[in-house]
Amino acid sequence: MTLLKVNNMSKMFGGLKAVSNFTMEIAAGELIGLIGPNGAGKTTAFNLLTGVYEPTTGEIEFDGQNVIGLKPYEINQRGIARTFQNIRLFSELSVIDNVKIAYHSHVKYNLVESILRIGRYHGEEAEIEEKAERFLEIFKLADKKDEISKNLPYGEQRRLEIARALAAQPKLLLLDEPAAGMNPQETHKLMDMIRWIKDEFKLTILLIEHDMSLVMGVCERIYVLDYGTIIAQGTPQEIKNNPRVIEAYLGEEVH
Amino acid sequence: MEAGSIAHQFVQQLINGVSLGSIYALIALGYTMIYGILKLINFAHGDIYMVGAYVGFFATSILKLSFFPALLMAMVVAAVVGMVIERVAYRPLRNSPKIAILITAIGVSLFLEYGGMLLVTPQPRTFPAVFAAELYNFGGIVINSQQIVILAISIALMIILTYVVQKTKAGKAMRAVSFDTDAAKLMGINVDQTISFTFAVGSGLAAAAGVLVGIYYNSIDPLMGIMPGLKAFIAAVLGGIGVIPGAMAGGIILGIIEAMVSGFISSTFRDAAAFGILIIILLFKPSGLMGKNVREKV
Amino acid sequence: MSKLQNTTKRDLLALGGCAVIYAIFQGLIGFGVIGPFWELNLILIGINIILAVSLNLITGFAGQFSIGHAGFMAIGAYLGAVATVKFQLPFIAAILVGAGAAGLLGFLIGLPTLRLSGDYLAIATLGLGEIIRISILNTPYLGGATGLMGIPRYTTFTWTFLAVIVTIFFIKNFVNSSHGRACISVRENEIAAEAMGIDTTKYKVMAFTIGAAFAGVAGALFSHYFYIAHPASFTFMKSFDILTMTVLGGLGSITGSITAAILLTFISAALASYPEWRMVVYSLMLIILMIYRPQGLFGNKELSLKLFGRLTGGKKRDVA
Repeated sequence: MTLLKVNNMSKMFGGLKAVSNFTMEIAAGELIGLIGPNGAGKTTAFNLLTGVYEPTTGEIEFDGQNVIGLKPYEINQRGIARTFQNIRLFSELSVIDNVKIAYHSHVKYNLVESILRIGRYHGEEAEIEEKAERFLEIFKLADKKDEISKNLPYGEQRRLEIARALAAQPKLLLLDEPAAGMNPQETHKLMDMIRWIKDEFKLTILLIEHDMSLVMGVCERIYVLDYGTIIAQGTPQEIKNNPRVIEAYLGEEVH
Repeated sequence: MEAGSIAHQFVQQLINGVSLGSIYALIALGYTMIYGILKLINFAHGDIYMVGAYVGFFATSILKLSFFPALLMAMVVAAVVGMVIERVAYRPLRNSPKIAILITAIGVSLFLEYGGMLLVTPQPRTFPAVFAAELYNFGGIVINSQQIVILAISIALMIILTYVVQKTKAGKAMRAVSFDTDAAKLMGINVDQTISFTFAVGSGLAAAAGVLVGIYYNSIDPLMGIMPGLKAFIAAVLGGIGVIPGAMAGGIILGIIEAMVSGFISSTFRDAAAFGILIIILLFKPSGLMGKNVREKV
Repeated sequence: MSKLQNTTKRDLLALGGCAVIYAIFQGLIGFGVIGPFWELNLILIGINIILAVSLNLITGFAGQFSIGHAGFMAIGAYLGAVATVKFQLPFIAAILVGAGAAGLLGFLIGLPTLRLSGDYLAIATLGLGEIIRISILNTPYLGGATGLMGIPRYTTFTWTFLAVIVTIFFIKNFVNSSHGRACISVRENEIAAEAMGIDTTKYKVMAFTIGAAFAGVAGALFSHYFYIAHPASFTFMKSFDILTMTVLGGLGSITGSITAAILLTFISAALASYPEWRMVVYSLMLIILMIYRPQGLFGNKELSLKLFGRLTGGKKRDVA
């Protein structure tokens, strides 16, 4: 079943074509990589998919419905959650509050209930707390739940961002360079974790990565972006041997 | 009102507006330069204008200086005051949250206003007539010789400022710091000195405006800076905050609009009109008439 | 589970504590230990607490910089007075009218202006506050430049105390709910909040509306204590005053706002006999405090001494 279908999407900034003729189809349950050299437009593509920018042309269909023109929060509520390349945590808040906030769109108690602390308030707050703690356990952050998130080491901040995105209970998870700044061991562990959460939560994952070796190891299919255009797609093996990809990465090693 | 008298009134208000506007422009320049370089709304700027007016007052009434030496003295003293304020109150907070710096600016503003009251008493003072106000009548349109002086001096100061900012080394440093402080630092520009210089220039211009207003309205008091300060800020936003020609244009436009509202509607709505313009500009073109839009990168 | 039930228990305990505080003060007033001068200041403290805490919701928790709070206070003061003076309604109606009108205006103003951020929003709210004041000044129905006079003195220590308690509990419970967390996330990182499914505009406007409504309550208390509502009481200087209390106490700290409101009102009262020095001392204190403690007295932490710890209840953040 197709979960995400992008057809001919493009984005112009003034006269600059940041993304053009971007076409992509992702089936439910897939783990897809989006790679490309620096400045190829990977993050812009994410921003288009999540409603931060509106595409100049093209269609985006998620779960059978058009999502163009929706605000980022509406797209999140439809089931797309993301992380950011330059980590964007709620940095002055505790680790657990970061995760709790992502639950917000699933909370049903209303303003009056929260002011008077009646009705569904207590039950739901307890449930949120419990679920948030569970996510922190999965990401090995449980013992740090009351720490202020900006005080976490870098790698843990990245994990927290993923935990937060998962707490929104998405169908599609977009990860923007989740392993950036991590050492090889950390990266390896992270990739195992990504694979595991994908199966555990029946997720579909699209991840941007700069590091080719990482994508090759974990992704089932890969799209290659260069100068804003998809220049190749296929299995890791196909991508590795594609001359256009090698050309785009000229100067960078292809492992 | 018949057409002729409306046109007549219009021209008269236009003249009043331009001279009022050039005062706003002089103050707005300091606001915009300081905002450009520090991203700080220097609420104390209007009070520097008051300080300038008082220095001008004492220079003419006690030291018996004539107009130009008094003007110069006011500008120099205000420049020093501006630099001291920056050094003492703003520099220690350069890396603090923005709201803390804003509160400090409010504190400095209150200090100048009420400290001024202690020093020179809250009573308004009558500014000595440095030169006689002659009225020229051109077919029913009255121009005051002081309006001409205000306009001429404002224009002269703006030309000098433009030259300083565009051509001199200090001016180039100023633009560099305002464009990208870190890069400027890496290029060997002394950022602290440049910021000091900006405060000096901005404060000097405000002081000139203070002296000119003192002469024009004859009366000065320690709280005189509050409203013109706010208006000048509106002028800076109108023109595009951080943009020097924008502040000039914004000041003149605001002056004209206020004069028109006073002349054709009612002077009680003058202030409301200014704030109304502020809101409209902020909602529809927050970057101002001459500013550029900047968007946060995701 | 037990933790959450605890919050309700703490709320009740805190309410009990408040009742004791109230009884003590009311007793002191009744026996004449607290004279008219300090009673006036107690009421001013109460009004200032409401103003500072409500602005803290907007600026401290939701992160939206507002220097127009006096405008909403003015709306509450005037429209509350209209209810009692022109329509002979009871005081509670005046408070509700004041809150409702200020809240409604906050909503209408917030909707378009909260697209702005940082300095621009600050300046816009300052402008709007002044527009409100100038509009009142030019409305003969509201007394124009001479002010609206003949307002009955309904505000008592009891009314003020009640209003303070309602305000604190309302805002405390709000910020400790999912709706409140949504507001806080907007302050922390608007882009991330939006990406996490939070309608940031909605929550900014919500915080602004609630804050404005409570400023309206403070206004109604104010005009029904001083017999008069005058435009000069609601200039942007008053907004600065409120902002100062909020920042001084610490943005995001309700107990901080309360402490700062008490402290600053006391300093004002103590310096009342030296009016010419009052503002100078006040301004120097502001500057020095900002230089040495820019995050305010408590930062974004809540005071967790036993009494105040109970007062803030909810999610307790211990001060190290």
